[in-house]
Amino acid sequence: MELICPAGTPAAFHEAVDAGADAVYCGFRDETNARNFPGLNFSREELREAIAYAKRKGTQTFVALNTFMRAGAEEIWYKGAADAVALGADALILADFGLMAHVAEKYPEQRLHVSVQASASNPDAINFLVDAFNAQRVVLPRTLTIADIARIGKNIRCEMEVFVFGGLCVMAEGRCSLSSYATGKSPNMNGVCSPASHVRYRKDGGELVSELGEFTINRFPAGEAAGYPTLCKGRFDIADSNGYAFEDPVSLDVMGELEALKAAGVKALKIEGRQRGKAYVAEVVSTMKAALNSPPDRRAPLLARLRTMSEGQKTTSGAYEKRWR
Amino acid sequence: MTDMKKTSLTLGPVYYLWNAEKWRDFHFRIADEAPVDRVVIGETVCSKRQHFIEPHLAEVVERLESAGKTVILSTLALVTLNRESKQIREMAEVSEHLMEANDLSALAILKDKPHTIGPLVNVYNAPTARLLASRGATRICLPPELPFSSVKEITAELPDIDFEVFAFGRMPLAISARCAHARSKGKIKDNCQFVCGEDPDGLPVRTLDRQSFLALNGVQTVSHACQSLLGELDHLVEAGVRSFRLSPQDCDMVAVAKLHRAVLDGAVDADAGVAKLRQLYAAAPLANGFHHAKEGAVWVARTRSLQAAWPA
Repeated sequence: MELICPAGTPAAFHEAVDAGADAVYCGFRDETNARNFPGLNFSREELREAIAYAKRKGTQTFVALNTFMRAGAEEIWYKGAADAVALGADALILADFGLMAHVAEKYPEQRLHVSVQASASNPDAINFLVDAFNAQRVVLPRTLTIADIARIGKNIRCEMEVFVFGGLCVMAEGRCSLSSYATGKSPNMNGVCSPASHVRYRKDGGELVSELGEFTINRFPAGEAAGYPTLCKGRFDIADSNGYAFEDPVSLDVMGELEALKAAGVKALKIEGRQRGKAYVAEVVSTMKAALNSPPDRRAPLLARLRTMSEGQKTTSGAYEKRWR
Repeated sequence: MTDMKKTSLTLGPVYYLWNAEKWRDFHFRIADEAPVDRVVIGETVCSKRQHFIEPHLAEVVERLESAGKTVILSTLALVTLNRESKQIREMAEVSEHLMEANDLSALAILKDKPHTIGPLVNVYNAPTARLLASRGATRICLPPELPFSSVKEITAELPDIDFEVFAFGRMPLAISARCAHARSKGKIKDNCQFVCGEDPDGLPVRTLDRQSFLALNGVQTVSHACQSLLGELDHLVEAGVRSFRLSPQDCDMVAVAKLHRAVLDGAVDADAGVAKLRQLYAAAPLANGFHHAKEGAVWVARTRSLQAAWPA
């Protein structure tokens, strides 16, 4: 199975390549990609250099243009696609049908991957994208069990890529406007979720309160480590209880299921984290690569090391495990 | 004003799990009394709930059609299981009714068959709308998140497609494989005992500072605030929007439909209409922030009254 690694900066890109990534994914420094965070992403020139470096090392580069085109401003996305193709991207990762249609028509030779943001969660949906736009690979939503993935694999005409490590969306990706409800900025339209520009921390008595826009997302008593107020990972009051209503502040780790994923027909494993620093990327990628290259009975210490790198060090296998639902 | 009168109203599918008799009687009353042109029916949120309304489906369709309403069959918003795909495929094969796509799988199955697009499909721009129309979509309800600037662009680009906007109802904000509703009551999805049926208008999610924020509806999360574009109908019609979707809440939806019709017909002034709507659905504040490219939770007052305060 291929290892697909994130890069939010040219430095992280180099680290990922050096650590043994089979492919690195990244995006331009604008609203065309779903990690449109300040200080992240690539200029055209930076991408040119990154792709050249990757090619010398035999690593592929995937360019994510995975937000939805803003009506009337489609040229920004079309230009992004044109430049990525011209710079030699090995694949474009797309979510918007309009953009997929454009790329399929203009650059029929270009490899097209379906972004997780497209929410193609079943064989009918995936084959539709294969037939309509010649999609070569689908990044599956984090809403499926491994059994679902195996069944889908038997019924589709393209490759499957799945997230195995890093941040975890609780909601079907690409179909969530919780962030824009609270902040006016959404993953689909602006490439951001729970953006830092709308985050505030304040002291209230002995507690630290985290807010997103006008809404309280969490309150931390003295001594409890405060997390970032990602909306769906907050604590809320529901009926008579309060707690993590949607998901605890955990991150995804299904590296323990490598053999099951391989048997399900998964072609590529994806690491989330374009917002992460180069040291994290280097460490995670090299450890995962080593785990992939080890026989199953030798993996345990490597996977234990990985777990220490997770957000809050708490992990979940998410929807891959049926009881999560 | 003539343009306003040519518009139509669509009643969206009931997103919540209502008791089957309540669901039937609700639609009977819509058939008899509500000035809506079309009604979308069928389970949209969770396939586990589907069997509840099945015994009443035929009589509801008949009653609505006898009253001259167009009936559209809804499809699931998130399809992951085999039986869910199969159900949509079978419905497409046997049904003589128009169907509404809410997920990519339905788009695939309905290709070349006239169908409508629900507000849960990501249509953010004209090229996407054009593509869907080329595959048989005859009416597209744009996502609630879409700002007016985008609505205008899309309708101007594609004047031959019937566009609809989500004009009333709590906004469908997210859907998950996991059921937060069941979890909040100590269950999981596979053993949920249909606890979502206890909350016919959603289960309130408040912040730890007791701010009303969201509501749970099974695997779906909706807004606490109720979207209302009653004050923006004139601009939307001027921009070429042809119909308005009213998404059922647990309130007098006949009165809500009559009010929207009255405002569209010019019989009730928009400001008076908004005031009346606040009484008809007092359970939640109104919001129109998405339309104005702001936070979806906020309410932006009509600019017209502001303009009126300035000399012409």
